[in-house]
Amino acid sequence: MIEALLFMLIIGALCGTVLSFASKIFYVWEDPRIAQVENYLAGANCGGCGFTGCSAAAAAVVEGKAPPSVCAVAGPEATTSVAGVMGMDPGSAEPRVSMNPCDGGDRAEDRFYYNGVNTCEAMVAMFGGKRVCQVGCLGYGDCVRICSFSAIKMGPEGYPVIDEVACVGCGACQRACPKDLIHVRTMSDRLLHTNLETDPLAPCQQTCPAEIDIPTYIAQIREGDYEGAVHTIRERNPLLLSCGRVCPHPCEDYCRRGVEDEAVSINQLKRFAADFEMNSGKRLPIACAPDTGKRVAVAGGGPAGLSAAYFLRRLGHSVTIFEAMPKLGGMIRYGIPEYRLPKKTLDWEIEGILNLGIEARTNMRLGRDFNVADMEKEGFEAIFIAHGAWVDYNLKVEGEDLKGCFKGIDFLSRLASGEELDIKGKKAAVVGGGNSAIDCVRNLIRLGAEEVSIVYRRTRSEMPANEVEIEAAEHEGINFVFLAAPTQVIGDADGNVKQLEYLKMELGEPDASGRRRPVPVEGSETRMDLDILITAIGQQPDMSFKNMGPGMADLKITRWNTFDTDPYTLQTSIPHIFTAGDAATGPSLVVEAIGGGRRAARSIHQFLSGEEVKAPESSLFKRHIDESIFKQVPGVEKKPRSKMTELPPEERVKSFEEVDKVLTEEEALAESNRCLSCCRVCYNPDVAA
Amino acid sequence: MGDYLVLAISAILVNNILLAQYLGNCPFLGTSKKMETAVGMAAAVVFVLVMAGLITWIVNTFVLQTLGLDYLRTIAFILVIASLVQFVEMFLKKSIPALYAGLGIFLPLITTNCAVMGVCLINVNEEYTFIQALVSSFAYAVGFGLALILFAGVRERVLLGRVPRPLQDTSIALVTAGIISLAFFAFKGMV
Ligand SMILES: Cc1cc2nc3c(=O)[nH]c(=O)nc-3n(C[C@H](O)[C@H](O)[C@H](O)COP(=O)(O)OP(=O)(O)OC[C@H]3O[C@@H](n4cnc5c(N)ncnc54)[C@H](O)[C@@H]3O)c2cc1C
Ligand code: SF4
Repeated sequence: MIEALLFMLIIGALCGTVLSFASKIFYVWEDPRIAQVENYLAGANCGGCGFTGCSAAAAAVVEGKAPPSVCAVAGPEATTSVAGVMGMDPGSAEPRVSMNPCDGGDRAEDRFYYNGVNTCEAMVAMFGGKRVCQVGCLGYGDCVRICSFSAIKMGPEGYPVIDEVACVGCGACQRACPKDLIHVRTMSDRLLHTNLETDPLAPCQQTCPAEIDIPTYIAQIREGDYEGAVHTIRERNPLLLSCGRVCPHPCEDYCRRGVEDEAVSINQLKRFAADFEMNSGKRLPIACAPDTGKRVAVAGGGPAGLSAAYFLRRLGHSVTIFEAMPKLGGMIRYGIPEYRLPKKTLDWEIEGILNLGIEARTNMRLGRDFNVADMEKEGFEAIFIAHGAWVDYNLKVEGEDLKGCFKGIDFLSRLASGEELDIKGKKAAVVGGGNSAIDCVRNLIRLGAEEVSIVYRRTRSEMPANEVEIEAAEHEGINFVFLAAPTQVIGDADGNVKQLEYLKMELGEPDASGRRRPVPVEGSETRMDLDILITAIGQQPDMSFKNMGPGMADLKITRWNTFDTDPYTLQTSIPHIFTAGDAATGPSLVVEAIGGGRRAARSIHQFLSGEEVKAPESSLFKRHIDESIFKQVPGVEKKPRSKMTELPPEERVKSFEEVDKVLTEEEALAESNRCLSCCRVCYNPDVAA
Repeated sequence: MGDYLVLAISAILVNNILLAQYLGNCPFLGTSKKMETAVGMAAAVVFVLVMAGLITWIVNTFVLQTLGLDYLRTIAFILVIASLVQFVEMFLKKSIPALYAGLGIFLPLITTNCAVMGVCLINVNEEYTFIQALVSSFAYAVGFGLALILFAGVRERVLLGRVPRPLQDTSIALVTAGIISLAFFAFKGMV
């Protein structure tokens, strides 16, 4: 008995000693914070977080590979404590939430069921997993079974529905889903995501340059969740009030309903949601990721600059905007007229963006008041330049500098700045066929010009301006002079413009762009009388800042005076300078500038995080998924599109009041019911039924 | 040499620790859902079992038997094996971090694994020599790995089958284990 006790004592002591020596000898230094963090984790070693036990999770937090909210079990207090250890701001520690983008589509019949399969994983192993489309949900609920927190349930329609409140973001479902469909993402991940070939995307969303999740926001409007719709749009587009008014909606051209019927009025619905927020009198909160402490300078406060600033701020960077004009907004303030986008509305929208904590320094022109080197000196680690295209092209004919002659952008921006121009009772003509030209004529008629003409080289069908704009101008009594090429401007003795001489043209062979080239008709010189002449035949960016300040020699510029960049990443030939909008693409659209701003923000985020700046693999940039483009859409019954109310032409030419009115709630609901809730190949022709 | 071969075959197949002796059932079910984890676990078991087999043999032969304390064998082995695994874990972490990263999670699981304990006791009960104990420990561990990996393969296949709800997961795994075990009984007459 005594020996036994003694023996056990000795062997116990021996083991203890050996181990304690070993722990000294084999000691590996560990960040003491790992132990502190581990203290706050649940200690269950459940693996719910995706790491192999609590200590691995704690180590990941300390290495910055996992957020303070890593522990799936411990709850919010633990997150706060962990964030405390790490010196992070717990309030904004980003929660991760699971999202299932597929609602199953039309998979009523269980095709493979009798082959004996009952898990998604098995389905993929045996049949490659194809159910309806390449990427869609299989509906066997592997994710439902794997979730330890009952945050996913099989919905009545047979696809998993996620309870965002119960979801702790552990990522188990993402790992279980063999179709790589369910993604557990933080807000930043979602803001940084751009369309991929493998994503479940409706044709409209594939087309939208800003990649807005259109079917989702329309479905939210249908369910009366207008706030949700605003949030969905804001995940991709911070200028929803402006876009809702001025966007020529390329998405509607690809609307699947449009194949059989009139397209869904997507943009009107966006405007409805945006106006709902503004008219509700309160701003919906916009979340931002924890501060990263990195500083980015944005030169140019137009749509591209505002969009980049907004996304960078939401990703946690601090942003300063430098703007040449007294106010932000760029062309949508100084180009697009009041009657299309009221300044009050624009101010409200821009204020909301600046409220995120973005500094704006106005009256600061790059190349005049400061240069790139100054921004570098001030400590900005990345620089974003989106100064738009503000230099009007010249007609290159004699006399175009006479008194009474204007350039399109110059005219519009002076008007927008509140300058009084004496137009009343005068005869005016505008040369050009784009949006600026139309905006000029519609402004002129409102300013009381007696007669307003638009002079264009080709015919109406070749006009690059938006169709709705041309129609509106026609209704407002503008005189269209087609197939006319100005040859000289004639003035009187005082140097005032009096006449415009042009050559008549006829359409010849199609040129490279597929449009029939206008050729002059010999001896057809014609003169028209006028007092005001505006040239609005296109613009290009002003790259003069390149010659000011050192280090700009490496900046590559195209022959159209735009930045030479990769169209996806928008990184210029100087690695820490990025761009977007008209300065990158030449004159384009607001949505294009917004989408570009977001892509540039993504690239800047990669750059600041020390990653390689590159497009994701299988990016769907500017392309469509073949299987989503249909020639026929069976089952769709025609339903008329909700018409928006407009101010009658007689009334609207008298003032600058907004012409287009927002849809009423009833009209918006009816319109949202026309949407087929499309995905890659699925659609639901009976949504409304 | 022939004897060792017989010993090895008997340990790997005929007296397979999982399928014929039914030891170590918890890792058998717990780590066999995925091939990847099964392989990791198998490697860790080989590693630990060989060392534990040898150490316990030494402890038994030179300490317990000389002192006539054979009746303390079980408790002494538990202590020794647990300390050993802890020690190995520390050693690996410091000296061979790559191996630690691969086996790290499985090591603590083995601390209290009855398969390891079982093999150590078998070695002693059968009165093996040191070399025999070495071969036997290694062979039993290989047998463990073999059974585990086979089983993981089968379980991945079972996922493809249409299993009635009450039988899903662990239940069907146990039934399957039983059938595989029956198959292993065919080796019975071999040695
Ligand atoms: C008359 C007109 C009508 C249009 N109508 C439509 C429409 O209906 N729908 C549509 O989608 N698009 C329309 N567009 C196009 C659209 O406005 C532009 O594509 C869009 O505004 C481009 O955004 P941006 O940020 O790239 O450039 P901009 O909007 O031009 O913004 C550039 C900003 O940079 C500032 N800036 C310039 N130089 C400097 C400098 N050196 N330093 C600092 N800041 C500088 C400018 O003041 C401006 O604020 C229209 C354009 C015009 C001209
Ligand atoms: S029907 Fe709806 S989802 Fe489908 S393309 Fe049109 S707007 Fe997009």
